[in-house]
Amino acid sequence: MSAALKLEGLTKSFGKTAVIMGVDLEIAKGERHAIIGPNGAGKSTLFNLITGRFPQSSGAVYLHGRNLLGLAPYQINRLGLSRSFQITNIFLRMSVFENVRCALLWSKGYKYSFWHMVGRARDLSEGAEAILEDINLIERRDAPAGMLSYAEQRALEIGITIAGGADVIMLDEPTAGMSHSETEYIVGLIRKVSENKTLVMVEHDMGVVFGLADRISVLVYGEIIATGTPEEVRANPKVQEAYLGTALEAEH
Amino acid sequence: MNSSNSEKASLPQRNEFWKLVFPWVLTALFLLFLPVIFASNSALTIMNQMAITIIFALAYNMLLGQGGMLSFGHAVYMGVGGFMCVHVMNYVEINSAPLSLPFLPIFGGLFGLGLATLVGTFSTRSAGTVFAMISLGVGELIAACSLIIVAFFGGEEGVSADRTYMRPFFEIEFFTQIEVYYLTSVWLLISALLMYLFSRTPIGRMANAVRDNPERAEFLGYSARWVRYYSFCASGFFCGIAGALFAINFEILTEENLNLATSGSILLVTFLGGVGVFFGPIIGAVLFTLLQTVLGLYTELWQLYLGALFLATVMFFPQGFAGVLVSHAPAARNGRLGSLFIPYVKMAAPSAVCLWSVAGLAELLFHARHAALGEEEMVYFGINMLSTSVIPWTVFGGLAVISFGICRTVAPSVLEAWDKAITPKGMAQ
Amino acid sequence: MELVVINIIDGLVTGLLLFMLSSGLTLIFSMMGVLNFAHASFYMLGAYFAYQISSITGFWMGLLIAPVIVGVGGALVERYGLRRVHQFGHVPELIFTFGLALLIEELVQFFWGKNQMAYESPETLQFAAFAIGGNSVPAYKVFMIFISVGIFLGLLYVLTRTRVGMVIQAALSYPRTVEALGHNVPLVFMGVFGVGTALAGVAGVIAGPVLGTFPGMAVVLGSIVFVTIVIGGLGSLWGALVASLLIGWLTTFAASYNVEFETILKFFGMEKPEIMSESALRDIWTLTLPQIGPILPYILMILILVFRPNGLFGKRDA
Repeated sequence: MSAALKLEGLTKSFGKTAVIMGVDLEIAKGERHAIIGPNGAGKSTLFNLITGRFPQSSGAVYLHGRNLLGLAPYQINRLGLSRSFQITNIFLRMSVFENVRCALLWSKGYKYSFWHMVGRARDLSEGAEAILEDINLIERRDAPAGMLSYAEQRALEIGITIAGGADVIMLDEPTAGMSHSETEYIVGLIRKVSENKTLVMVEHDMGVVFGLADRISVLVYGEIIATGTPEEVRANPKVQEAYLGTALEAEH
Repeated sequence: MNSSNSEKASLPQRNEFWKLVFPWVLTALFLLFLPVIFASNSALTIMNQMAITIIFALAYNMLLGQGGMLSFGHAVYMGVGGFMCVHVMNYVEINSAPLSLPFLPIFGGLFGLGLATLVGTFSTRSAGTVFAMISLGVGELIAACSLIIVAFFGGEEGVSADRTYMRPFFEIEFFTQIEVYYLTSVWLLISALLMYLFSRTPIGRMANAVRDNPERAEFLGYSARWVRYYSFCASGFFCGIAGALFAINFEILTEENLNLATSGSILLVTFLGGVGVFFGPIIGAVLFTLLQTVLGLYTELWQLYLGALFLATVMFFPQGFAGVLVSHAPAARNGRLGSLFIPYVKMAAPSAVCLWSVAGLAELLFHARHAALGEEEMVYFGINMLSTSVIPWTVFGGLAVISFGICRTVAPSVLEAWDKAITPKGMAQ
Repeated sequence: MELVVINIIDGLVTGLLLFMLSSGLTLIFSMMGVLNFAHASFYMLGAYFAYQISSITGFWMGLLIAPVIVGVGGALVERYGLRRVHQFGHVPELIFTFGLALLIEELVQFFWGKNQMAYESPETLQFAAFAIGGNSVPAYKVFMIFISVGIFLGLLYVLTRTRVGMVIQAALSYPRTVEALGHNVPLVFMGVFGVGTALAGVAGVIAGPVLGTFPGMAVVLGSIVFVTIVIGGLGSLWGALVASLLIGWLTTFAASYNVEFETILKFFGMEKPEIMSESALRDIWTLTLPQIGPILPYILMILILVFRPNGLFGKRDA
C-alpha cells in the first residue's frame, strides 16, 4: 500500500538561496497531516512545490506512487490533488454558486465541452448545492463572491478546494486572520469535509493543529526536524528547542 | 418524496426555459417585420451592415468580455473568412458547383475557425499585453500580405464575386436587397443564439473563470491556455460567419477588411456597447453604424467625436452603454426608477448644450483652418455663421462655459438622487 | 562592399530610431505595466510640433522645445487619464492608450490636415558628410546617429549612475519589491511616462524630415515598434536595443537586395510553371526581397514567439 503523498529529497532554491533543503515525508491515505513551523520556514513554498506552482530544484513528489515531476498544476489537480491558498483565491466577480459549479466541472467529466448547457445539468447544480450546504453558504448562493465576508470567503475557498472530489486535500493556513468563533466554524468544516480523505495543512494556530491532525511535521529553515503524533511532537526536545525557541524569539 | 421534488423542480425549469426562449422569439419577429417599416434599399443596406457588425462584435466580445483577451488584429479572422467566401463564390460560378448562397456562411465560419486554430496555438499562451501585441503583429502581417499576395487577396483592388451565380435556393437568387436582408438576419439570429449558448457551456463558464483568475482555474483542473484557445477558435468561427455575410452583401473584399483600422473599430464598437453584458456589443454595433452613417453625413469631424466619446467611455464608464443600463437594475428593483427622471433631465439639458457648443467651437476652428481661402461662411445645425467673425466664437465659448458651470452645480444633486434610488427601501444609508 | 557599408549605416539609423521609441516604451512598461499603445502617436506629435516651431524659429529650437512639450503632454496624460483608468486593470489601460492613439491621429488631422507637412532638415546639415564608392551619406544621417547615440548614452548614465535610475532599474527586475519599498510614488510614474514620451518626441523631431510628417506616420512606425519590443522581450531594455538594431538592418538590407524568389525556388529544384497567370502560386514566383521587406519583422516575431515565447531577452511574463 503506497502512501497518498510521498516527498523524496525535495529541494528548492531561488537563485542562490536554498529555501527547501531536502524534505522527505510520507503521508498515508486517510491521514490528517499538519505542517507547522516558524515564519519563513518554507511551508508555503513546500505547498507550491507539491502542487506544481513552482518547479522543484531536485527531488521528487509522488501522488499515489506517481511522480509529479514536470506536471502542470491542472494536470496534478486531475490526478486527485486539490489545494486552497493562503491569500483567498476565488472568482470574485462570479456568484458563490457559480464558483462552486466551476470547481465541479472537470471532475464531473465536462472537460472542455461546448455542447452541454451548465444550467440544465442537474448533477452540477445538485452537486454545487450540496457543497454549499456543507460549507453553510446556501443562503448566500447568488451573492457575488467578492461581497462575502472574509470568513465566508475562506469557507468558499475550502468549498472550491473540495468540490472536485480530490482525495488529497491541501489547505494553506485555512484559519489565518480569523476570530476565535470563525476559527471554530472553519475547523468544524474541515473536520467534516476531510472525512475519508487525506488532508495536508499548513497552520499557525496550535489549537487547530493539535485538535485536527493525526500527525504533525515540523519544518524549520527548509528542513523537517520532526514528524509524529501530536504527543510525540510536543515531547520532542528538538522541536522544543528549535521551533518553540524561534517562536519565542519571534514574539519578542 | 423524490418524485414530488422533481415535479416542483420541473415547473420553475419550464419557466426558466420560456424566459430563455422568449427574447429570441421576440427578436426573430422584430427582424421579420423590420423591413415593413424600413423598406428602402439604403435602409436595408444599413441594417445588413448592422447585422454583420453585431455578429463581429459579439464574436469579438467572446474574447474581450468573456475571456479577458484584448485583440488588436481581429479583423483578419472576419476578413480571411470573407476573402475565402469570395473565392468559393467564384469557384461555384466557374465550376457550377452545387452550393446555394445561404450555406456560404458555414464555409466562412470554417475558414475563420481554421485561421484561429493556427494562430491560437502560439497567441493564446498568455492573456493580457502579450496576447494583445501578438494579435496586433499577426493582424498587421496578414494585412500587409494582402498587398503582396495578389492571387488570393487581389492587391489594392481586392477580390470580387457575384452572389447571384450561386445555385438558386428554392428559386431565390438573391437579386434583391430584401432577400439578402432575410438571409443576413437568419444568420444573425443563429450566430447570436449560438454565441449566447456558448457562454452557458462548461467551456464558456471556464472562459469567465480564466479571465478573472487564471491561476485558480488551473488548480481546478483546467489549463488556462486551452480554455483561452477554445474561446479564441470559437470567436474565429463566428468572425468568419460575419466575413461571409460581408462578402454576400458587398460582393467585394479589400485590404480594408483586414487592416488595423477595422480591428480597432470593432474594439471601439464592443467597448462602447459594453463588454460585461452579453447584449452590450449589440447596442454598440447599432449605435456605431447609426453614428457612422448619420454623423458622417453632417460633419467631417465625426471620427474625432467618436474618438473623444470612446476615450470618455474608457475613463468614466468602463462598463459601456450596456453597463450603464444594467446598473439601473437595483433602482428598478426598488421601484425608484421614476425618481431619477427629473434629475436626469436636469443633467442632460446643460450637458447637451455644452457638447453642442464645444462641437460648434471645433467646427469653427476646423473651418477657419481648412476652408478654402476666402470661404468664410459655414453652416452649423442650420445656422449660418462666419468662421472669421468674433460673434460665433464668443457665443459658443460663452455657452460652453455657462452650461459646464450648470452641469457642475447640478451634478451633486443627481448623484444624491442616484444613491437614494439604488438604496433599498427602508434601509438607512 | 560599398553597398554593405551604406546599408549598415542606413540600418543603424533606422535601428537607433526604433530604439528611441522602444526604449521609452520599455521603460514605461517596466515601471507601470502599461504598454503605451499611443507611444508612436507621441512620436508623431514630436514631428508636428517641431514642424510648427521650426516654421517660426528654425529647426534647432524645434529640436529643443518640441520634445519638452510632448513630454509635458505625456505626463499630463498619465496624471489625468491613465491614473484614473489604472484602477480598472491592465486591459482597460491598454484600451485607453489605444483610444488615445485614435484621438491624437484625429487631432493631428484636425489641426494640420491630411497632407504631408513641408518639414525639412536644417540647411546647415544639407550636405554630403562623406561618400563611399559613389554613394554619398547625408550629414543629417550622421547627425541622427549622433543624437540617438547621445541620448542612449545619457539614458545609460541616468539609469546606472543616478538614484532615480537605480529605482527604475530595480523596478525592471523586481517591480513588486520596489513598490513595497514605497518608491513607486506617483511622481516617478509621471516622470517616467513624461520622459518616455519625450524620447518618442525627439525621435519624431529628427525622423520627421526623413520619413515624412503626415497623419499616418504613427501607424506606420507604431506596429513595428510593438513588434520590436515583443521580439526583444517585454520589459527588457537590452532586448529592445538588440531587436531595434536587428529590425533596422533586416529591413534595410531586404530593401536593397533585389533577390527574386524565382532564383530561390529554382535553387530548391522547383520548376517554374509554364503559364504564370493560371498558377495559384504565381505570387510566390514573382516576389522579390524588397517587396516582402516590410513584413519581415512580423514573420520574425511569429518565429521567435513560437520558439522563445518570452522574446529574445524577456524573463518575466506580462
